[in-house]
Amino acid sequence: MSAPVTTAVDEARAATALRRKDLLGIADLAPDEIALVLDTAEAMKEVGERPIKKVPALRGKTVVNLFFEPSTRTRTSFEIAEKRLSADTLNIAVASSSVVKGETLADTALNLEAMHPDTIVLRHSSSGACHLLSRICRSAIINAGDGMHEHPTQALLDAFTIRERKKRLAGLKVAIVGDLLHSRVLRSNIHLLTKMGSDVWVCGPPTLIPADIARFGVRATSRIDEAVADADVIMLLRVQLERMEGAFFPSLREYFNVFGMTEARLRLAHPDVIIMHPGPMNRGVEIASEVADGPYSVILEQVANGVAVRMAVLYLLSGGAGDEAAA
Amino acid sequence: MKRLLKGGRVVDPVNGIDGVQDVLIDGDRIARVGRDLPADGAEIVELRPELVVCPGFIDMHVHLREPGQEHKETVATGAAAAVAGGFTAVACMPNTSPVNDNANVTAYILGKAAEAGLARVYPIGAVSRGSKGELMADIAELRQAGCVAITDDGRPVSTALLLRRAMEYAGMFGMPVIEHCEDPSLKGDAVAHEGYQAAALGLRGMPGACEALGVERGVLLSELTGSAFHVAHMSARASLRAVRKGKEAGIAVTCEVAPHHFTLTDEALAAPVAYDTNTKMNPPLREAADRDAMLAGIADGTVDVIATDHAPHHYDEKQVEFDRAPFGIIGLETAVSLSLDRLVHAGRIRLPRLVELLSVNPARILRLPGGTLAAGAPADLTVLAPELKVRVEAAAMRSRSKNTPFDGWELRGGVAATIVGGRTLYVNSAVAGLKL
Repeated sequence: MSAPVTTAVDEARAATALRRKDLLGIADLAPDEIALVLDTAEAMKEVGERPIKKVPALRGKTVVNLFFEPSTRTRTSFEIAEKRLSADTLNIAVASSSVVKGETLADTALNLEAMHPDTIVLRHSSSGACHLLSRICRSAIINAGDGMHEHPTQALLDAFTIRERKKRLAGLKVAIVGDLLHSRVLRSNIHLLTKMGSDVWVCGPPTLIPADIARFGVRATSRIDEAVADADVIMLLRVQLERMEGAFFPSLREYFNVFGMTEARLRLAHPDVIIMHPGPMNRGVEIASEVADGPYSVILEQVANGVAVRMAVLYLLSGGAGDEAAA
Repeated sequence: MKRLLKGGRVVDPVNGIDGVQDVLIDGDRIARVGRDLPADGAEIVELRPELVVCPGFIDMHVHLREPGQEHKETVATGAAAAVAGGFTAVACMPNTSPVNDNANVTAYILGKAAEAGLARVYPIGAVSRGSKGELMADIAELRQAGCVAITDDGRPVSTALLLRRAMEYAGMFGMPVIEHCEDPSLKGDAVAHEGYQAAALGLRGMPGACEALGVERGVLLSELTGSAFHVAHMSARASLRAVRKGKEAGIAVTCEVAPHHFTLTDEALAAPVAYDTNTKMNPPLREAADRDAMLAGIADGTVDVIATDHAPHHYDEKQVEFDRAPFGIIGLETAVSLSLDRLVHAGRIRLPRLVELLSVNPARILRLPGGTLAAGAPADLTVLAPELKVRVEAAAMRSRSKNTPFDGWELRGGVAATIVGGRTLYVNSAVAGLKL
């Protein structure tokens, strides 16, 4: 069964499909699947620019946004994406769920599953929570961020934004700076950008660099000047104040002095550099306000593109290509 | 009643025996081992020559969960799992609820073991009251009640001072202190080995140094006190190095390795099932260099014992997010097959060395009867079928819990029979023509 879709979307569809029931992470996506999502997102972006921002692609489909962690940007972005595709959406936040009564994640999922949703979008503080759901649910699971593991739609929207600006991903020098250890955005971006041929540098204090980082196919350094030199893209990662319980660096002031993205450091990069941040930003910690609000910043474009990319993912997993939904 | 086991290959390293011999059992004791023994009124049991008769295997590190967590395991179900896994005796850890830090709990466990009448059960007492790491438990009382060692397993002894005093005090009775080696500050709230896999999966990692620091501390204190120190469930190559150096210096340190640590690496966390909570244990599955070091230590004699760290957990407790799942897997019913497959058939060690690791050395370290087929020794025998094709089936296990990462594995070598005190308590129906 294929859902009715717009011409624009039909034209944008590549010959391939997402060869999976779920989107758990970028690590297991093939480059052509990534390209398919990005291509599809271009068509979806056009939908968002129309006066009537709605297509019937997911009409009659039920999407549950199951969020066990506070999130404004990601949840809103998914919800708008779902509504533009005409899905019936339902938001469950942790405070209003039965989880506070001691129900396990597995039981919560099975109870939701009993009501036959087509897709569950999950945000959870435990790495691998989506994998657990994926094993026990027939619904498509979309990972909206699991612990320190992955945040695949963020990496896809980042790639979409880079591609839109730079017309390519291959061969670009991308410097990712910040709290590498705790960042799911980092992991998804590393997987995506290395698969697509970018030259990825990561930079942060040694206390926040994950073990064996070289095996991810990236260059790691604690010298920010080296990381940003001639960079086409600089991506700042949030210093997760809420996870700094273990004193990973002496002070926020010192962090900004050593690793903060300032206008002076920006001058080391390629003249056409773009500055990205997945948000929410700590101004004056990982990024100076002049940089965040300056001409190189594409931070708000990332947010805008998030809707189109999530429309593409929702569409490809639950209504578009593939035949899982027909089973 | 006498029984004469004829025709099997007898491997009894303590007495220098490795060959086809007969074993005469008289009641609950070994009467004699030798070639072509006369029947002399004994019931004759014919064994095929590919079967191997060994002194009974002893698992010196199991969690039987009783009292307090009987939904995971009981002394009876654990003892049943032990005999089905080829173990004639187990030593059980004190982290029950309440903790085995006094004679009442010890007596309770021994009472349950006697009721079950299966594998011998040797309780291990706590180092500190409630294993809280503050005040010493009544170690002499524990000893009198039947405890064979002391440990605060599940966690390291809280301070070097307490560990030193416990070693000095337990040394008075010749009891070893068994240590869960770990530096708590370096562990933090880690749930996996610190390395590529933990980084890729977004799991908090603890490095091998976290364990090795605990090993180094214990080795130094063993040197200081002259008391026996035993490293539980060793997993890191830096720990092995510390034990090796300690032994070379003549320090009374011994160590054990669990089958999962010589079989698996942290890659098992990612595949075949990502975030499988049956790959979560403490110490964690480590990287290949550590696993290979454990194999090398087993082969070169640095490792004294194979022990399972059998840690039953209920299905519900494991069917949760990885970082919320309890640490540990069961091991009693897979240890022998994994050891035969990964160590003997892989050509790393020969059968006599395996018997040292599983029987002779645990008996020596805990000063237990057993580990030998000398005349007068308890008639505790493990009969192996080294060529048996075994398919691990968690659902069929005797243990009350089924938390094993080895479900469905096909292994070469298994247990044919288990005899405790002259009584045949387990016969493997998959071994053809076995009448015991």
